Amino acid sequence: MTAIAEPALSDRTATLADRLRSAVGTERVLTDRTQVRTYECDGLANFKVTPAIVVLAESRQHVVDTVRLCSEAGVPFVARGSGTGLSGGALPSADGVLLVLSRLRRLSPVDADNRQVTVEPGVINLWVTRDAAPHDLAYAPDPSSQLVCSIGGNVAENAGGAHCLKYGFTVNHVLGAEVVLPDDEVVHLGGRAPEHPGYDLLGAFIGSEGTLGVATELTLRLIRVPEAVQTMLVGYHSVEDAAGTVSDIIAAGIVPAAVEMMDALAIQAAEAAVSCGYPEGAVAVLVIELDGPQVEVEAQFRQVEEIARARNAFETRIAADDAERALMWKGRKSAFAAVGRISPSYFVQDGVIPRTKLPEVLAEIDRMADEKGLRVANVFHAGDGNLHPLVLFDDAVEGQAHEAEELAGAILELCVTSGGSITGEHGVGSEKRMKMAKQFTPEDLDTMQLLRCAFDPAGIANPGKVFPTPRLCGERPGVRKGEHPVQAAGLGEVF
Amino acid sequence: MTAATDTRRAGGPDDAVSGVVPREVVRPATVDQVAEVLRAAAADGRTVVPVGGRSKLTWAAAPESCDLLLDLTGLDRVVEHVAGDLTVVAEAGVRLADLQAQVGRAGQLLGLDPPEDGATLGGVVSANASGPRRLRYGTTRDLLIGITVVLADGTVAHAGGKVVKNVAGYDLGKLFTGAHGTLGAVVSTTWRLHPVPPARRVVTLELPDAAAAGPLSIALARSTLTPSAVELIGRADGSARLVVLFESIAESVAGQARSAVALLGGGEESEDLPEDFGRRPGGADDVLLRLAYAPAALSSALGALPAGTAVAAHAATGVSYAAVPAGEAVDALPRLRAAIAPHDGTAVVLRAPDAVRDRLDHWGPVGDSLDLMRRVKERFDPERRMSPGRFVGGL
Ligand SMILES: Cc1cc2nc3c(=O)[nH]c(=O)nc-3n(C[C@H](O)[C@H](O)[C@H](O)COP(=O)(O)OP(=O)(O)OC[C@H]3O[C@@H](n4cnc5c(N)ncnc54)[C@H](O)[C@@H]3O)c2cc1C
Ligand SMILES: Cc1cc2nc3c(=O)[nH]c(=O)nc-3n(C[C@H](O)[C@H](O)[C@H](O)COP(=O)(O)OP(=O)(O)OC[C@H]3O[C@@H](n4cnc5c(N)ncnc54)[C@H](O)[C@@H]3O)c2cc1C
Repeated sequence: MTAIAEPALSDRTATLADRLRSAVGTERVLTDRTQVRTYECDGLANFKVTPAIVVLAESRQHVVDTVRLCSEAGVPFVARGSGTGLSGGALPSADGVLLVLSRLRRLSPVDADNRQVTVEPGVINLWVTRDAAPHDLAYAPDPSSQLVCSIGGNVAENAGGAHCLKYGFTVNHVLGAEVVLPDDEVVHLGGRAPEHPGYDLLGAFIGSEGTLGVATELTLRLIRVPEAVQTMLVGYHSVEDAAGTVSDIIAAGIVPAAVEMMDALAIQAAEAAVSCGYPEGAVAVLVIELDGPQVEVEAQFRQVEEIARARNAFETRIAADDAERALMWKGRKSAFAAVGRISPSYFVQDGVIPRTKLPEVLAEIDRMADEKGLRVANVFHAGDGNLHPLVLFDDAVEGQAHEAEELAGAILELCVTSGGSITGEHGVGSEKRMKMAKQFTPEDLDTMQLLRCAFDPAGIANPGKVFPTPRLCGERPGVRKGEHPVQAAGLGEVF
Repeated sequence: MTAATDTRRAGGPDDAVSGVVPREVVRPATVDQVAEVLRAAAADGRTVVPVGGRSKLTWAAAPESCDLLLDLTGLDRVVEHVAGDLTVVAEAGVRLADLQAQVGRAGQLLGLDPPEDGATLGGVVSANASGPRRLRYGTTRDLLIGITVVLADGTVAHAGGKVVKNVAGYDLGKLFTGAHGTLGAVVSTTWRLHPVPPARRVVTLELPDAAAAGPLSIALARSTLTPSAVELIGRADGSARLVVLFESIAESVAGQARSAVALLGGGEESEDLPEDFGRRPGGADDVLLRLAYAPAALSSALGALPAGTAVAAHAATGVSYAAVPAGEAVDALPRLRAAIAPHDGTAVVLRAPDAVRDRLDHWGPVGDSLDLMRRVKERFDPERRMSPGRFVGGL
């Protein structure tokens, strides 16, 4: 996948670069090969493409100008936030423009009475909660990358986080978006109110991975910080017991804020990296967090402890304070990086299964890994069945990367045949687009394409992502002739 | 021929959609039959209005034409309820009440509580219907995890899936939510469920002046209390009742109700919900509106309604239903819209007496995305045969 050849800019892109310089300013347009190479990949480093042009936008007008010039020249553009995506969503087009949004970083003051805040797309996820905290408010979606990932990237991927189980995903916390469409038209989807007449295009835009346009402003919903939070760390001698605990908690009618699971290999890696002090000899641990009104949390916490004990938990620790809670989370949140220290390389997958299938699917992943002679570490959002199997391999060993890639792919297919999905939060991107056909029929994909064609008939917004085969939109259907009665009566809007 | 054709019959006055009598009514029983009906309608260029329980078919603007009424109540199977996963797959014609009864036996619920009797899942999705507990559970967009639709040309398409967390592909479920059948027929739906809370406690506070509910609901929303609903029921310009519902374990609801009384500076505690909780306000002579605005603007929204308007507001969410006396509605509606616009407010006409229906702009202004909505409609239904003219901007 590595781009070896570095052709000089074609005439077309050279002309575009000149026009971009005069529109947004010379200093914001990069074409120097060493400079643009900084942007050759996102968090998925095994896919690399050097973009022809990089634009560092600092205002909505820069985005509008860039998109307009791309559209006029028929050149593709790819939006990029912080570049932490794990599916190659922000992988540049070799002959296109990479539109970097990380300098659009303004936050409006928090509107505490409405529990909302409006931000630019380059704003870092954690900044939102930082600004909201003095009002006892918080932004619920908390991806493990929240120190660095951008709100624009979160919206494009419909990012999740450990607390999604109770609070939902990015889509449940975005009220409005200002979007620059691929033909440079600016539209406002949603807003500050909870409902608007018309199609829910905001809902359709969120999670569209940069293929429907560029978000230039987002209005986010904030939640009240709960009265009480309690966190426990539970150690098990078997994966089945840990998974069984998750099912039993749900069956008891309890909706925890988070239920995260790590297996032996992931625990070992985390221990080596951050000394999180997880129970010794544990084959699996759960991090369980409950939040809400004090009395409710206390009562349910006791219930969860009993459930865990009945499922043979050999050690249960309760965080006495915020510092202890932070340590429990540290092991979990640093797990990806930690695994990077015990293995030269790994592939991380993001498949989802119905949570009742956890024990059997985890056993099957084990079996598949043994068969290949590879190691798989599991760190995941157990409460909603979102697996993150990390397939470990060594690049230096001939053919191992290929074997690992095959195993990762087979795991995703296992998720689909178990009634799940190929991705729960990382997105399809470049990496998994060929797997879409395992989950969806050609008719399903064609129907999704109708939406794409309504937003981006020329197919220039992040082309080659999400869908297995690029499709042309064909002629735009004829606009209806004649006047609608509502319009004629001066009642409806004229379009 | 097939079963679908056996269920065809001529349309009559009882089948009318906002006064338009369909030529024919068909009630298929399977997804394949729906596809067959729509393929055939496409071949003949006929217009189609998909319907569910028809609980509110006299609502909204009339379709420009309705050759075929596609009755989806024959798709009435609950396909799969997996209690351990808190998910259920059910066809579009299943009544919400029947689904609640079935999942209720496993101690679970679907977090939607619109009041219309006989509402089907397809109708709830297509009208984006909701009730008081939207404060706690959200609306269709927060609960629908998978959908199957049949497009105008008979194409059957799925999106989403059976797992709560899933970002593969575009979320067509969102697009069909609130689309009123203008993009195709919804035939199957997959939902995330919640456990039924074991206990309930209600705090009721009488307010001489409804506008006082504005600051009170802001205070509630900014507190650590977690009510399932905060309802304001009464007169927009007069007295009203604030009803705060807590649903959780017994210890929690008792403690929260006490705290709520302290925070509100009064209120009666009880176990039972008042009769009119969750009902739409007003009667057949009124124009029923749905108002939506930034949540803290409740007092301003109430203040913008004409005198004598009955309201039922989901007070902490930014959604209210208002029954405006029909005589005043035609003049009042544009003024109301202008007054709430600064709060991102909109007002949609749900029900109107025949005498005034045609003089009201049902959906009101849509903003700068209307043209994009039209492009979406053109892609999904290029011949404009699905419920033409019922939706925003005459779509
Ligand atoms: C260590 C680590 C942990 C992670 N943990 C999680 C986790 O817990 N949960 C989770 O969901 N993800 C997680 N991720 C993945 C990643 O952080 C998220 O997908 C995040 O949302 C990406 O944001 P970004 O700003 O880095 O976007 P980028 O990688 O720059 O872009 C991602 C996609 O968004 C598009 N895009 C970016 N900005 C815009 C915009 N303004 N308008 C339109 N499209 C845009 C891009 O074109 C691309 O398709 C993790 C990643 C890492 C490296
Ligand atoms: C114009 C209108 C606006 C409404 N707005 C709201 C609202 O804002 N908030 C609220 O809480 N309730 C609203 N309702 C109430 C809502 O109708 C009921 O709560 C419930 O959805 C009715 O279900 P039903 O099965 O009786 O649907 P019906 O009355 O049969 O149909 C309702 C609407 O959905 C369409 N429809 C029904 N089934 C399907 C299907 N399977 N596929 C495609 N389209 C279908 C119909 O064409 C119609 O437009 C509205 C109703 C109407 C008619």
